[in-house]
Amino acid sequence: MNLLVALFKSSLGKKYVMALSGAVLVLFVIAHLLGNLQMFLGPEAINKYAAFLKASPEVLWGARSGLLLMVGLHLFSAALLLRENSDARQAEYEKKDLVAASFASRTMIASGIILFSFVVFHLLHYTALQIDPSFAEMHDAQGRHDVYRMVVSGFSHWWVSGFYILSMGLLCLHLSHGASAMFQSLGLKNERNRCFIDGAAKTLGLVLFIGYSSIPLAVLLKVVK
Amino acid sequence: MNITLRVWRQKSRHETGHFEEYEAHDLNPNMSFLEMLDVVNEQLTKAGKQPIAFDHDCREGICGMCSCVINGEPHGPENKVATCQTYLRSFKDGDTITVEPFRAAGFPLVKDLVVDRSAFDRIMQAGGFISVNTGNAPDANAIPVGKEIADQAMDAAQCIGCGACVAACKNASAMLFVAAKVSHLNLLPQGQPEKSKRALAMVNQMDEEGFGACTVTGSCEAVCPKGISLSFISKLNRDYLGAMLFR
Repeated sequence: MNLLVALFKSSLGKKYVMALSGAVLVLFVIAHLLGNLQMFLGPEAINKYAAFLKASPEVLWGARSGLLLMVGLHLFSAALLLRENSDARQAEYEKKDLVAASFASRTMIASGIILFSFVVFHLLHYTALQIDPSFAEMHDAQGRHDVYRMVVSGFSHWWVSGFYILSMGLLCLHLSHGASAMFQSLGLKNERNRCFIDGAAKTLGLVLFIGYSSIPLAVLLKVVK
Repeated sequence: MNITLRVWRQKSRHETGHFEEYEAHDLNPNMSFLEMLDVVNEQLTKAGKQPIAFDHDCREGICGMCSCVINGEPHGPENKVATCQTYLRSFKDGDTITVEPFRAAGFPLVKDLVVDRSAFDRIMQAGGFISVNTGNAPDANAIPVGKEIADQAMDAAQCIGCGACVAACKNASAMLFVAAKVSHLNLLPQGQPEKSKRALAMVNQMDEEGFGACTVTGSCEAVCPKGISLSFISKLNRDYLGAMLFR
């Protein structure tokens, strides 16, 4: 208990929480992308995969609550840090040079908030099936939920695909900084590996952007139909 | 050369400040920025006005006393130099230069360009030392220190505590300063007995002084007159985590 209080009391403790919850979420987006890319293998592959994920409610809800907890911790410590950081400079400079601070590092809060609103929409859209109730009626020949048809139907609306691709751009931006900053926050960076970690984070962001965006683009271009 | 200065003037912490413009004529390009302020102050004094208050001491880049945000950058446009070693040749004839104090809640303003940086002293008092029994100086080389470690400790020890890192950081975070001071001692064998205590105490004092947290933008490293590396912040994060979990 003392450790928990100390964690949220100190500025470094909150950064550890940011880094660790962020790390779990990064691993999730990588795994989620690998699953999603099965869209290119056709209906059988993705529908089977979706049925497999939902086979055990205990595992499914265990994973879901774990992820929700990570999102909660990430947002909670971000909010605490934001308040402390804005208190730390009450008077702004009239003239400010950005010196070395990258666009991504300066906009983590903004990209994070937009990404969170995307996640809410995305869950309502494809998980809770609230945006388009006809998704719930889609079943394939084996009686499984027809995820393939649902994704194609969802992404054929240009605004859904547009918001999705935009959000993936922001995910790329957020991770190009966040995925490297978490190593710094956990004390894993040093003079020897910092260039590699910075480069790897940017590459990861770009790979995730290309991977995720390829699905709505393929639907819009009728490559996947 | 001629320069127009826009300088922040504020009588005290409790009064509102504003910019005032001054024309400085016939300046030698090889004057330091502080010498230029001296010239302007002489003119102001002769005209019966209040001279600009600014901090300075050694004027050779080692004491950490000079400050100022010059055209939006702490210590001015040159890399790895303090304001006292920023020369007018870094500017163009006819330039307008904006000069502001370091702005951070942890550095309350005293007057004009002078801010109170005693928060750094209190952070040092919290753990920036090693406890030794007094007596004769120990024999040289009685405690062996590896070359690599010695070099790293010396790199960290270069910090002059000027506070430019706080001034540049978007969160007014003092992490680079604290990281340099903690690392300097935590790297060396003499610092080991109090390693965890030091990391905890100095970070907690930093938080109490109202500095922000590190977002790893790298601005601090870029403006540091001594080129203290961001990697020391990573080391501080590591030392603090270890201290938190295992002490």
